[in-house]
Amino acid sequence: MSDQNIVIIGAGHAGGRAADALRTAGYTGAVTLCGEERHPPYERPPLSKELLFGAIPHEKTYLFPEAYYAEKNIALKLGVAVTAIDRQAQRVTFADGSTLPYDALMLTTGARARRLPLPGGDGPRVFYLRDIDDTLALREKLGEGTRLAIIGAGFIGLEIAATARKRGVSVTVIELAALPLARVAAPEIGEYMAQLHRGKGVDLRTGVKVTAIEDTGSELRIMVEGGEPIVADYAAIGIGAQPNVELAQQAGIECKDGIVVDQFGHTNDPKIFAAGDVTRHLNPLLDRHVRLEAWQNAQNQAIAVAKVMAGGDQPFSEVPWFWTDQYETNMQMAGAPDRWDRVVWRGEPTDPGFTLFQLLDGRVVAAVTINNARDMRFGRMLIQSGKIVDPAALGDKNTKLQDLVR
Amino acid sequence: MSENEWVSVADKGSVPEGEMKGVTVGSTEVAIYNLKGELYATDNLCTHAYAFLTDGWMDGEEVECPLHAGRFEIKTGKGMGAPIPCDVKSFPVRIEGDKIQVKVG
Ligand SMILES: Cc1cc2nc3c(=O)[nH]c(=O)nc-3n(C[C@H](O)[C@H](O)[C@H](O)COP(=O)(O)OP(=O)(O)OC[C@H]3O[C@@H](n4cnc5c(N)ncnc54)[C@H](O)[C@@H]3O)c2cc1C
Ligand code: FES
Repeated sequence: MSDQNIVIIGAGHAGGRAADALRTAGYTGAVTLCGEERHPPYERPPLSKELLFGAIPHEKTYLFPEAYYAEKNIALKLGVAVTAIDRQAQRVTFADGSTLPYDALMLTTGARARRLPLPGGDGPRVFYLRDIDDTLALREKLGEGTRLAIIGAGFIGLEIAATARKRGVSVTVIELAALPLARVAAPEIGEYMAQLHRGKGVDLRTGVKVTAIEDTGSELRIMVEGGEPIVADYAAIGIGAQPNVELAQQAGIECKDGIVVDQFGHTNDPKIFAAGDVTRHLNPLLDRHVRLEAWQNAQNQAIAVAKVMAGGDQPFSEVPWFWTDQYETNMQMAGAPDRWDRVVWRGEPTDPGFTLFQLLDGRVVAAVTINNARDMRFGRMLIQSGKIVDPAALGDKNTKLQDLVR
Repeated sequence: MSENEWVSVADKGSVPEGEMKGVTVGSTEVAIYNLKGELYATDNLCTHAYAFLTDGWMDGEEVECPLHAGRFEIKTGKGMGAPIPCDVKSFPVRIEGDKIQVKVG
Protein backbone atom coordinates (compact mmCIF):
# COMPACT_ATOMS: atom_id res chain seq x y z
CA MET A 1 0.00 0.00 0.00
CA SER A 2 3.01 2.30 0.35
CA ASP A 3 3.11 3.97 -3.07
CA GLN A 4 -0.64 4.56 -3.16
CA ASN A 5 -2.05 8.02 -3.48
CA ILE A 6 -5.04 8.68 -1.24
CA VAL A 7 -7.15 11.81 -1.65
CA ILE A 8 -9.64 12.80 1.05
CA ILE A 9 -12.39 15.23 0.06
CA GLY A 10 -13.78 17.23 2.97
CA ALA A 11 -11.34 18.47 5.63
CA GLY A 12 -13.82 18.38 8.50
CA HIS A 13 -13.97 16.18 11.57
CA ALA A 14 -14.10 12.87 9.69
CA GLY A 15 -11.55 13.95 7.07
CA GLY A 16 -9.03 15.04 9.70
CA ARG A 17 -9.45 11.86 11.72
CA ALA A 18 -9.14 9.71 8.61
CA ALA A 19 -5.89 11.36 7.52
CA ASP A 20 -4.38 10.90 10.97
CA ALA A 21 -5.63 7.31 11.22
CA LEU A 22 -4.01 6.40 7.88
CA ARG A 23 -0.66 7.44 9.31
CA THR A 24 -1.29 5.74 12.65
CA ALA A 25 -2.13 2.56 10.76
CA GLY A 26 1.28 2.73 9.13
CA TYR A 27 0.24 3.87 5.67
CA THR A 28 3.21 5.68 4.12
CA GLY A 29 1.89 6.72 0.70
CA ALA A 30 0.66 10.17 -0.26
CA VAL A 31 -2.32 11.72 1.54
CA THR A 32 -3.99 14.91 0.36
CA LEU A 33 -6.73 16.37 2.52
CA CYS A 34 -8.91 18.79 0.54
CA GLY A 35 -11.32 21.22 2.18
CA GLU A 36 -13.52 24.04 1.06
CA GLU A 37 -13.25 25.90 4.36
CA ARG A 38 -10.19 27.98 5.15
CA HIS A 39 -9.76 26.28 8.56
CA PRO A 40 -7.92 23.02 9.11
CA PRO A 41 -10.12 20.16 10.41
CA TYR A 42 -12.00 20.99 13.60
CA GLU A 43 -14.65 19.64 15.93
CA ARG A 44 -18.06 21.26 15.53
CA PRO A 45 -19.71 20.56 18.92
CA PRO A 46 -18.06 23.55 20.63
CA LEU A 47 -19.40 25.92 17.94
CA SER A 48 -22.92 26.27 19.32
CA LYS A 49 -21.64 26.04 22.90
CA GLU A 50 -18.27 27.48 24.01
CA LEU A 51 -17.42 29.30 20.77
CA LEU A 52 -20.82 30.99 20.39
CA PHE A 53 -20.65 31.99 24.04
CA GLY A 54 -17.16 33.42 23.56
CA ALA A 55 -15.43 31.17 26.08
CA ILE A 56 -12.74 29.87 23.70
CA PRO A 57 -10.82 31.09 20.65
CA HIS A 58 -11.86 29.27 17.47
CA GLU A 59 -8.43 27.62 17.14
CA LYS A 60 -9.28 25.61 20.27
CA THR A 61 -11.69 23.53 18.15
CA TYR A 62 -8.95 22.40 15.74
CA LEU A 63 -8.30 18.65 15.79
CA PHE A 64 -4.56 19.18 15.50
CA PRO A 65 -2.26 22.20 15.39
CA GLU A 66 -1.65 23.26 11.79
CA ALA A 67 2.00 22.18 11.91
CA TYR A 68 0.90 18.62 12.64
CA TYR A 69 -0.08 17.93 9.04
CA ALA A 70 3.35 18.77 7.68
CA GLU A 71 4.93 16.63 10.40
CA LYS A 72 2.79 13.68 9.32
CA ASN A 73 3.40 14.37 5.65
CA ILE A 74 -0.28 15.07 5.02
CA ALA A 75 -0.83 17.65 2.27
CA LEU A 76 -3.57 20.13 3.20
CA LYS A 77 -5.35 21.86 0.35
CA LEU A 78 -7.73 24.34 1.96
CA GLY A 79 -10.07 27.08 0.79
CA VAL A 80 -11.02 25.45 -2.49
CA ALA A 81 -13.87 23.04 -3.21
CA VAL A 82 -13.64 19.88 -5.27
CA THR A 83 -16.12 20.25 -8.11
CA ALA A 84 -15.92 16.92 -9.93
CA ILE A 85 -14.74 13.33 -9.64
CA ASP A 86 -13.73 11.55 -12.84
CA ARG A 87 -13.94 7.88 -11.87
CA GLN A 88 -12.58 6.57 -15.18
CA ALA A 89 -9.47 8.73 -15.09
CA GLN A 90 -9.30 8.53 -11.24
CA ARG A 91 -8.90 12.27 -10.94
CA VAL A 92 -10.61 15.08 -9.05
CA THR A 93 -11.07 18.64 -10.26
CA PHE A 94 -11.07 21.72 -8.04
CA ALA A 95 -12.99 24.99 -8.32
CA ASP A 96 -9.76 26.75 -9.34
CA GLY A 97 -9.39 24.40 -12.32
CA SER A 98 -6.54 22.35 -10.90
CA THR A 99 -6.74 18.55 -10.83
CA LEU A 100 -5.34 15.76 -8.69
CA PRO A 101 -5.05 12.03 -9.49
CA TYR A 102 -5.98 9.37 -6.93
CA ASP A 103 -5.58 5.65 -6.39
CA ALA A 104 -8.17 5.66 -3.63
CA LEU A 105 -10.63 8.33 -2.64
CA MET A 106 -12.28 9.05 0.69
CA LEU A 107 -15.41 11.20 0.73
CA THR A 108 -15.97 13.06 4.00
CA THR A 109 -18.00 15.98 2.69
CA GLY A 110 -20.28 16.09 5.74
CA ALA A 111 -23.56 17.91 5.78
CA ARG A 112 -24.83 21.46 5.59
CA ALA A 113 -27.54 23.32 7.45
CA ARG A 114 -30.91 22.91 5.79
CA ARG A 115 -32.17 26.25 4.49
CA LEU A 116 -35.61 27.46 5.52
CA PRO A 117 -37.59 27.05 2.29
CA LEU A 118 -39.71 30.14 2.93
CA PRO A 119 -39.74 33.77 1.84
CA GLY A 120 -37.10 35.64 3.84
CA GLY A 121 -35.23 32.48 4.83
CA ASP A 122 -31.94 33.85 3.49
CA GLY A 123 -32.05 37.50 4.57
CA PRO A 124 -29.16 39.39 6.20
CA ARG A 125 -30.69 39.09 9.68
CA VAL A 126 -31.16 35.34 9.34
CA PHE A 127 -28.37 33.03 10.53
CA TYR A 128 -27.47 29.37 10.14
CA LEU A 129 -24.88 27.56 12.21
CA ARG A 130 -22.66 24.93 10.66
CA ASP A 131 -19.13 26.25 10.63
CA ILE A 132 -16.74 28.53 12.51
CA ASP A 133 -17.45 31.54 10.32
CA ASP A 134 -21.24 31.16 10.82
CA THR A 135 -20.66 31.02 14.56
CA LEU A 136 -18.49 34.14 14.71
CA ALA A 137 -21.01 36.05 12.58
CA LEU A 138 -23.93 35.12 14.84
CA ARG A 139 -21.94 35.73 18.02
CA GLU A 140 -21.37 39.35 17.06
CA LYS A 141 -25.13 39.89 17.15
CA LEU A 142 -25.83 38.27 20.51
CA GLY A 143 -25.63 41.23 22.89
CA GLU A 144 -27.47 41.64 26.20
CA GLY A 145 -31.14 42.31 25.50
CA THR A 146 -31.02 41.44 21.79
CA ARG A 147 -34.17 39.64 20.65
CA LEU A 148 -33.36 36.35 18.93
CA ALA A 149 -35.95 34.10 17.33
CA ILE A 150 -34.82 30.52 16.80
CA ILE A 151 -36.71 28.41 14.32
CA GLY A 152 -36.50 24.73 15.15
CA ALA A 153 -36.15 23.08 18.58
CA GLY A 154 -33.74 20.33 17.57
CA PHE A 155 -30.31 20.02 19.15
CA ILE A 156 -28.74 22.96 17.33
CA GLY A 157 -31.71 25.25 17.98
CA LEU A 158 -31.77 24.37 21.68
CA GLU A 159 -28.01 24.75 22.05
CA ILE A 160 -28.13 28.17 20.43
CA ALA A 161 -31.01 29.05 22.78
CA ALA A 162 -29.03 27.99 25.87
CA THR A 163 -25.90 29.86 24.81
CA ALA A 164 -27.84 32.98 23.85
CA ARG A 165 -29.64 32.99 27.23
CA LYS A 166 -26.28 32.76 28.96
CA ARG A 167 -25.30 35.91 27.05
CA GLY A 168 -28.40 37.74 28.27
CA VAL A 169 -30.23 37.50 24.96
CA SER A 170 -34.02 37.42 24.94
CA VAL A 171 -34.90 34.16 23.18
CA THR A 172 -38.03 32.85 21.47
CA VAL A 173 -37.91 29.32 20.06
CA ILE A 174 -40.52 28.36 17.47
CA GLU A 175 -41.13 24.68 16.78
CA LEU A 176 -43.62 23.03 14.47
CA ALA A 177 -43.90 19.80 16.47
CA ALA A 178 -45.63 19.56 19.83
CA LEU A 179 -42.32 19.02 21.66
CA PRO A 180 -38.63 19.83 21.22
CA LEU A 181 -36.36 17.10 19.80
CA ALA A 182 -39.41 15.35 18.37
CA ARG A 183 -37.39 13.92 15.50
CA VAL A 184 -34.67 12.35 17.63
CA ALA A 185 -35.66 11.71 21.25
CA ALA A 186 -38.42 10.15 23.31
CA PRO A 187 -41.29 12.55 24.19
CA GLU A 188 -40.34 12.27 27.87
CA ILE A 189 -36.97 13.82 27.04
CA GLY A 190 -38.56 16.47 24.82
CA GLU A 191 -40.81 17.40 27.73
CA TYR A 192 -37.85 17.57 30.09
CA MET A 193 -35.91 19.85 27.74
CA ALA A 194 -38.96 22.07 27.21
CA GLN A 195 -39.18 22.62 30.95
CA LEU A 196 -35.45 23.20 31.25
CA HIS A 197 -35.54 25.96 28.64
CA ARG A 198 -38.72 27.56 29.92
CA GLY A 199 -37.20 27.62 33.39
CA LYS A 200 -34.25 29.56 31.95
CA GLY A 201 -36.53 32.19 30.47
CA VAL A 202 -36.86 30.92 26.90
CA ASP A 203 -40.21 31.68 25.29
CA LEU A 204 -40.74 28.25 23.74
CA ARG A 205 -43.66 28.03 21.34
CA THR A 206 -44.44 24.57 20.07
CA GLY A 207 -46.98 23.51 17.48
CA VAL A 208 -46.34 26.77 15.64
CA LYS A 209 -45.83 26.94 11.90
CA VAL A 210 -43.68 29.72 10.44
CA THR A 211 -44.88 30.90 7.03
CA ALA A 212 -42.44 33.70 6.17
CA ILE A 213 -39.81 36.03 7.58
CA GLU A 214 -40.28 39.72 6.84
CA ASP A 215 -37.36 42.11 7.24
CA THR A 216 -38.62 45.65 7.93
CA GLY A 217 -35.13 47.04 7.56
CA SER A 218 -34.70 47.40 11.32
CA GLU A 219 -36.18 44.17 12.64
CA LEU A 220 -37.72 40.86 11.65
CA ARG A 221 -41.36 39.91 11.72
CA ILE A 222 -41.66 36.13 11.79
CA MET A 223 -45.04 35.33 10.32
CA VAL A 224 -46.79 32.32 11.83
CA GLU A 225 -49.94 30.50 10.88
CA GLY A 226 -52.99 31.63 12.82
CA GLY A 227 -51.17 34.01 15.15
CA GLU A 228 -49.49 37.37 15.62
CA PRO A 229 -46.06 37.81 14.02
CA ILE A 230 -43.11 37.29 16.36
CA VAL A 231 -40.82 40.31 16.35
CA ALA A 232 -37.07 39.84 16.71
CA ASP A 233 -33.77 41.51 15.87
CA TYR A 234 -32.31 38.34 14.37
CA ALA A 235 -33.33 34.80 13.57
CA ALA A 236 -31.29 31.61 13.79
CA ILE A 237 -32.46 28.56 11.89
CA GLY A 238 -31.97 25.02 13.19
CA ILE A 239 -34.15 22.77 11.06
CA GLY A 240 -31.74 19.96 10.44
CA ALA A 241 -28.90 19.15 8.10
CA GLN A 242 -28.67 17.67 4.67
CA PRO A 243 -25.77 15.52 3.48
CA ASN A 244 -23.37 16.97 0.89
CA VAL A 245 -23.91 14.21 -1.65
CA GLU A 246 -23.96 16.20 -4.90
CA LEU A 247 -20.31 15.58 -5.80
CA ALA A 248 -20.75 11.82 -5.33
CA GLN A 249 -24.12 11.79 -7.05
CA GLN A 250 -22.76 13.53 -10.15
CA ALA A 251 -20.02 10.92 -10.31
CA GLY A 252 -22.60 8.14 -10.28
CA ILE A 253 -21.90 6.90 -6.77
CA GLU A 254 -24.97 5.39 -5.13
CA CYS A 255 -26.71 7.84 -2.80
CA LYS A 256 -29.93 7.58 -0.84
CA ASP A 257 -30.16 10.58 1.49
CA GLY A 258 -26.43 10.02 2.08
CA ILE A 259 -23.71 8.14 0.25
CA VAL A 260 -24.57 4.46 0.65
CA VAL A 261 -21.69 2.48 2.19
CA ASP A 262 -21.26 -0.88 3.88
CA GLN A 263 -19.78 -1.47 7.32
CA PHE A 264 -16.26 -0.99 5.88
CA GLY A 265 -17.01 2.33 4.21
CA HIS A 266 -17.07 0.93 0.65
CA THR A 267 -19.24 2.76 -1.87
CA ASN A 268 -20.31 1.04 -5.08
CA ASP A 269 -16.91 2.00 -6.56
CA PRO A 270 -14.12 -0.15 -5.08
CA LYS A 271 -11.69 2.78 -5.21
CA ILE A 272 -14.02 5.13 -3.35
CA PHE A 273 -14.82 5.13 0.37
CA ALA A 274 -16.89 7.45 2.53
CA ALA A 275 -17.31 8.27 6.23
CA GLY A 276 -19.01 10.74 8.57
CA ASP A 277 -22.24 12.72 8.31
CA VAL A 278 -22.43 12.22 4.55
CA THR A 279 -22.85 8.44 4.76
CA ARG A 280 -25.83 6.18 5.02
CA HIS A 281 -23.95 3.20 6.38
CA LEU A 282 -24.73 -0.32 7.39
CA ASN A 283 -24.56 -0.66 11.16
CA PRO A 284 -24.06 -4.38 11.89
CA LEU A 285 -25.38 -4.04 15.46
CA LEU A 286 -28.65 -2.50 14.30
CA ASP A 287 -28.70 -4.60 11.13
CA ARG A 288 -29.84 -1.65 9.03
CA HIS A 289 -28.46 1.41 7.27
CA VAL A 290 -28.41 4.65 9.24
CA ARG A 291 -27.38 8.20 8.55
CA LEU A 292 -26.06 9.83 11.70
CA GLU A 293 -25.12 13.40 12.42
CA ALA A 294 -22.86 12.86 15.37
CA TRP A 295 -19.36 13.43 16.58
CA GLN A 296 -18.76 9.78 17.54
CA ASN A 297 -19.69 8.60 14.08
CA ALA A 298 -17.52 11.27 12.43
CA GLN A 299 -14.53 10.25 14.50
CA ASN A 300 -14.83 6.49 14.78
CA GLN A 301 -16.28 5.63 11.39
CA ALA A 302 -13.55 7.71 9.76
CA ILE A 303 -10.85 5.93 11.77
CA ALA A 304 -12.33 2.51 10.99
CA VAL A 305 -12.62 3.21 7.25
CA ALA A 306 -9.09 4.66 7.12
CA LYS A 307 -7.79 1.42 8.65
CA VAL A 308 -9.60 -0.54 5.95
CA MET A 309 -8.01 1.69 3.30
CA ALA A 310 -4.63 0.98 4.90
CA GLY A 311 -5.21 -2.75 4.50
CA GLY A 312 -7.28 -3.67 7.56
CA ASP A 313 -10.39 -5.84 7.61
CA GLN A 314 -12.35 -4.67 10.67
CA PRO A 315 -15.86 -3.23 10.20
CA PHE A 316 -17.18 -0.11 11.91
CA SER A 317 -19.65 -1.47 14.40
CA GLU A 318 -20.67 0.70 17.35
CA VAL A 319 -23.86 1.63 19.15
CA PRO A 320 -24.70 5.15 17.88
CA TRP A 321 -24.03 7.74 20.53
CA PHE A 322 -24.61 11.46 20.78
CA TRP A 323 -24.39 14.14 23.46
CA THR A 324 -25.46 17.73 23.92
CA ASP A 325 -24.67 20.35 26.56
CA GLN A 326 -27.26 22.98 27.39
CA TYR A 327 -26.86 25.33 30.38
CA GLU A 328 -25.42 23.04 33.09
CA THR A 329 -27.13 19.97 31.65
CA ASN A 330 -25.21 17.21 29.91
CA MET A 331 -27.44 14.86 27.98
CA GLN A 332 -26.14 11.71 26.30
CA MET A 333 -28.08 9.41 24.06
CA ALA A 334 -27.19 5.92 22.87
CA GLY A 335 -29.03 3.90 20.26
CA ALA A 336 -30.93 5.01 17.18
CA PRO A 337 -34.34 3.48 17.78
CA ASP A 338 -36.99 3.77 15.12
CA ARG A 339 -39.51 2.37 17.59
CA TRP A 340 -39.91 1.22 21.19
CA ASP A 341 -42.82 -0.12 23.21
CA ARG A 342 -41.89 0.89 26.72
CA VAL A 343 -39.78 3.34 28.70
CA VAL A 344 -38.12 2.72 32.05
CA TRP A 345 -37.01 5.55 34.31
CA ARG A 346 -33.96 5.10 36.45
CA GLY A 347 -34.45 8.06 38.77
CA GLU A 348 -36.98 10.85 38.42
CA PRO A 349 -37.00 13.86 36.12
CA THR A 350 -36.82 16.01 39.25
CA ASP A 351 -33.55 14.34 40.38
CA PRO A 352 -30.29 16.16 39.62
CA GLY A 353 -29.45 13.29 37.29
CA PHE A 354 -31.39 10.36 35.84
CA THR A 355 -31.50 7.85 32.99
CA LEU A 356 -34.34 6.91 30.69
CA PHE A 357 -34.28 3.59 28.86
CA GLN A 358 -36.34 2.79 25.78
CA LEU A 359 -37.19 -0.89 25.31
CA LEU A 360 -38.55 -2.97 22.48
CA ASP A 361 -39.69 -6.53 23.15
CA GLY A 362 -37.90 -6.45 26.49
CA ARG A 363 -34.54 -5.32 25.11
CA VAL A 364 -32.93 -1.92 25.63
CA VAL A 365 -32.82 -0.06 22.29
CA ALA A 366 -31.91 3.38 23.60
CA ALA A 367 -30.60 5.02 26.74
CA VAL A 368 -30.67 8.71 27.57
CA THR A 369 -28.74 10.11 30.51
CA ILE A 370 -29.37 13.55 31.90
CA ASN A 371 -26.42 14.67 34.06
CA ASN A 372 -25.77 11.01 34.65
CA ALA A 373 -22.96 10.09 32.27
CA ARG A 374 -21.88 7.25 34.52
CA ASP A 375 -24.86 5.17 33.37
CA MET A 376 -24.03 5.70 29.71
CA ARG A 377 -21.26 3.18 29.42
CA PHE A 378 -23.50 0.37 30.67
CA GLY A 379 -26.44 1.73 28.70
CA ARG A 380 -24.39 1.25 25.55
CA MET A 381 -23.37 -2.23 26.63
CA LEU A 382 -26.98 -3.18 27.34
CA ILE A 383 -28.03 -2.06 23.86
CA GLN A 384 -25.13 -3.89 22.26
CA SER A 385 -25.81 -7.11 24.18
CA GLY A 386 -29.42 -7.29 22.97
CA LYS A 387 -30.26 -9.08 26.21
CA ILE A 388 -33.77 -9.25 27.60
CA VAL A 389 -33.69 -7.28 30.84
CA ASP A 390 -35.96 -7.13 33.84
CA PRO A 391 -37.52 -3.63 33.70
CA ALA A 392 -37.91 -3.52 37.48
CA ALA A 393 -34.20 -4.14 38.01
CA LEU A 394 -33.32 -1.63 35.29
CA GLY A 395 -35.35 1.06 37.02
CA ASP A 396 -34.02 0.28 40.49
CA LYS A 397 -31.05 2.46 41.36
CA ASN A 398 -29.93 -0.15 43.90
CA THR A 399 -29.32 -2.62 41.09
CA LYS A 400 -25.94 -2.07 39.47
CA LEU A 401 -26.25 -1.69 35.72
CA GLN A 402 -23.05 -3.66 35.23
CA ASP A 403 -24.76 -6.64 36.84
CA LEU A 404 -27.52 -6.46 34.22
CA VAL A 405 -25.00 -6.43 31.39
CA ARG A 406 -23.35 -9.64 32.56
CA MET B 1 2.54 25.67 49.60
CA SER B 2 1.92 22.35 47.96
CA GLU B 3 4.29 22.49 44.99
CA ASN B 4 6.78 19.68 44.98
CA GLU B 5 6.17 18.31 48.42
CA TRP B 6 4.20 15.37 49.71
CA VAL B 7 0.68 16.38 50.68
CA SER B 8 -1.83 14.21 52.55
CA VAL B 9 -4.99 14.07 50.48
CA ALA B 10 -7.12 11.24 51.80
CA ASP B 11 -7.41 8.50 54.39
CA LYS B 12 -5.56 5.31 53.61
CA GLY B 13 -8.65 3.13 53.13
CA SER B 14 -10.71 5.70 51.23
CA VAL B 15 -9.88 4.45 47.73
CA PRO B 16 -10.82 0.75 47.59
CA GLU B 17 -9.47 -1.57 44.94
CA GLY B 18 -10.89 -0.88 41.48
CA GLU B 19 -12.06 2.60 42.46
CA MET B 20 -10.87 6.16 42.11
CA LYS B 21 -11.25 9.43 43.93
CA GLY B 22 -10.80 13.09 43.01
CA VAL B 23 -8.88 15.43 45.33
CA THR B 24 -7.56 18.97 45.05
CA VAL B 25 -3.97 19.92 45.80
CA GLY B 26 -3.48 23.68 45.64
CA SER B 27 -4.82 24.51 42.20
CA THR B 28 -4.34 21.00 40.80
CA GLU B 29 -7.19 18.51 40.44
CA VAL B 30 -5.81 15.05 41.11
CA ALA B 31 -7.30 11.62 40.47
CA ILE B 32 -6.18 8.79 42.76
CA TYR B 33 -6.70 5.26 41.45
CA ASN B 34 -6.45 1.91 43.18
CA LEU B 35 -5.40 -0.60 40.55
CA LYS B 36 -5.19 -4.12 42.01
CA GLY B 37 -4.06 -2.77 45.35
CA GLU B 38 -1.51 -0.31 43.95
CA LEU B 39 -2.21 3.43 44.11
CA TYR B 40 -1.61 5.74 41.14
CA ALA B 41 -2.33 9.43 40.63
CA THR B 42 -2.81 11.61 37.54
CA ASP B 43 -4.20 15.02 36.73
CA ASN B 44 -7.97 14.63 37.00
CA LEU B 45 -8.92 16.93 34.12
CA CYS B 46 -9.31 15.38 30.69
CA THR B 47 -7.09 17.05 28.09
CA HIS B 48 -9.83 17.02 25.42
CA ALA B 49 -12.63 19.28 26.66
CA TYR B 50 -13.63 19.75 30.31
CA ALA B 51 -14.39 16.72 32.44
CA PHE B 52 -13.17 15.00 35.59
CA LEU B 53 -11.78 11.57 34.86
CA THR B 54 -13.04 10.39 38.25
CA ASP B 55 -16.58 10.89 36.92
CA GLY B 56 -15.79 8.25 34.30
CA TRP B 57 -14.86 4.58 34.59
CA MET B 58 -11.86 2.43 35.23
CA ASP B 59 -11.55 -0.26 32.63
CA GLY B 60 -8.60 -2.58 33.11
CA GLU B 61 -5.50 -0.39 33.27
CA GLU B 62 -7.23 2.58 31.65
CA VAL B 63 -9.59 5.31 32.75
CA GLU B 64 -12.34 6.38 30.36
CA CYS B 65 -13.56 9.98 30.28
CA PRO B 66 -17.31 10.34 30.97
CA LEU B 67 -17.86 12.93 28.25
CA HIS B 68 -16.48 11.59 24.97
CA ALA B 69 -14.94 8.27 25.93
CA GLY B 70 -11.32 9.38 25.60
CA ARG B 71 -8.93 7.07 27.46
CA PHE B 72 -5.75 7.37 29.50
CA GLU B 73 -3.38 4.79 30.88
CA ILE B 74 -3.73 4.95 34.67
CA LYS B 75 -0.11 4.04 35.42
CA THR B 76 1.45 6.66 33.15
CA GLY B 77 -1.24 9.20 32.18
CA LYS B 78 -0.64 8.39 28.52
CA GLY B 79 -3.50 9.42 26.18
CA MET B 80 -4.80 6.43 24.22
CA GLY B 81 -5.84 7.83 20.84
CA ALA B 82 -8.70 10.00 19.57
CA PRO B 83 -9.97 12.41 20.73
CA ILE B 84 -7.20 12.87 23.31
CA PRO B 85 -4.68 15.50 22.12
CA CYS B 86 -2.08 14.97 24.89
CA ASP B 87 -1.29 12.96 28.01
CA VAL B 88 -2.39 13.86 31.53
CA LYS B 89 0.37 14.37 34.10
CA SER B 90 1.14 11.46 36.33
CA PHE B 91 2.06 12.15 39.98
CA PRO B 92 3.95 10.16 42.62
CA VAL B 93 1.67 8.78 45.32
CA ARG B 94 2.44 6.94 48.57
CA ILE B 95 0.93 5.85 51.85
CA GLU B 96 2.33 7.57 54.91
CA GLY B 97 0.88 6.42 58.22
CA ASP B 98 -2.86 6.29 57.70
CA LYS B 99 -2.88 8.87 54.89
CA ILE B 100 -2.56 8.81 51.11
CA GLN B 101 -0.04 11.41 49.98
CA VAL B 102 0.71 12.81 46.52
CA LYS B 103 3.39 15.11 45.17
CA VAL B 104 2.27 17.48 42.39
CA GLY B 105 4.39 20.03 40.56
C1 LIG C 1 -23.09 23.49 15.66
C2 LIG C 1 -22.93 22.02 15.77
C3 LIG C 1 -22.92 21.41 17.02
C4 LIG C 1 -22.79 20.03 17.14
N1 LIG C 1 -22.77 19.47 18.38
C5 LIG C 1 -22.67 18.13 18.51
C6 LIG C 1 -22.67 17.53 19.80
O1 LIG C 1 -22.80 18.19 20.81
N2 LIG C 1 -22.54 16.18 19.86
C7 LIG C 1 -22.41 15.40 18.76
O2 LIG C 1 -22.30 14.18 18.89
N3 LIG C 1 -22.39 15.95 17.52
C8 LIG C 1 -22.52 17.29 17.37
N4 LIG C 1 -22.51 17.86 16.12
C9 LIG C 1 -22.36 16.98 14.93
C10 LIG C 1 -20.91 16.77 14.52
O3 LIG C 1 -20.19 17.95 14.61
C11 LIG C 1 -20.89 16.26 13.09
O4 LIG C 1 -21.47 14.99 13.12
C12 LIG C 1 -19.48 16.20 12.50
O5 LIG C 1 -18.94 17.46 12.34
C13 LIG C 1 -19.50 15.48 11.16
O6 LIG C 1 -18.23 15.42 10.65
P1 LIG C 1 -17.96 15.26 9.08
O7 LIG C 1 -16.50 15.33 8.92
O8 LIG C 1 -18.72 14.12 8.57
O9 LIG C 1 -18.61 16.55 8.43
P2 LIG C 1 -18.16 18.06 8.59
O10 LIG C 1 -17.54 18.28 9.93
O11 LIG C 1 -19.33 18.86 8.22
O12 LIG C 1 -17.01 18.25 7.52
C14 LIG C 1 -17.23 18.22 6.15
C15 LIG C 1 -16.26 19.16 5.48
O13 LIG C 1 -16.24 18.89 4.09
C16 LIG C 1 -16.15 20.10 3.39
N5 LIG C 1 -16.64 19.88 2.02
C17 LIG C 1 -17.89 19.55 1.63
N6 LIG C 1 -17.96 19.42 0.29
C18 LIG C 1 -16.72 19.68 -0.17
C19 LIG C 1 -16.15 19.71 -1.48
N7 LIG C 1 -16.87 19.44 -2.58
N8 LIG C 1 -14.84 20.03 -1.60
C20 LIG C 1 -14.09 20.29 -0.50
N9 LIG C 1 -14.58 20.28 0.74
C21 LIG C 1 -15.88 19.97 0.91
C22 LIG C 1 -17.00 21.03 4.20
O14 LIG C 1 -16.67 22.38 3.92
C23 LIG C 1 -16.65 20.62 5.63
O15 LIG C 1 -15.55 21.34 6.12
C24 LIG C 1 -22.66 19.23 15.97
C25 LIG C 1 -22.68 19.85 14.72
C26 LIG C 1 -22.82 21.21 14.60
C27 LIG C 1 -22.86 21.85 13.24
S1 FES D 1 -13.58 15.78 27.64
FE1 FES D 1 -12.65 13.86 27.91
S2 FES D 1 -12.92 12.88 26.02
FE2 FES D 1 -13.77 14.82 25.69
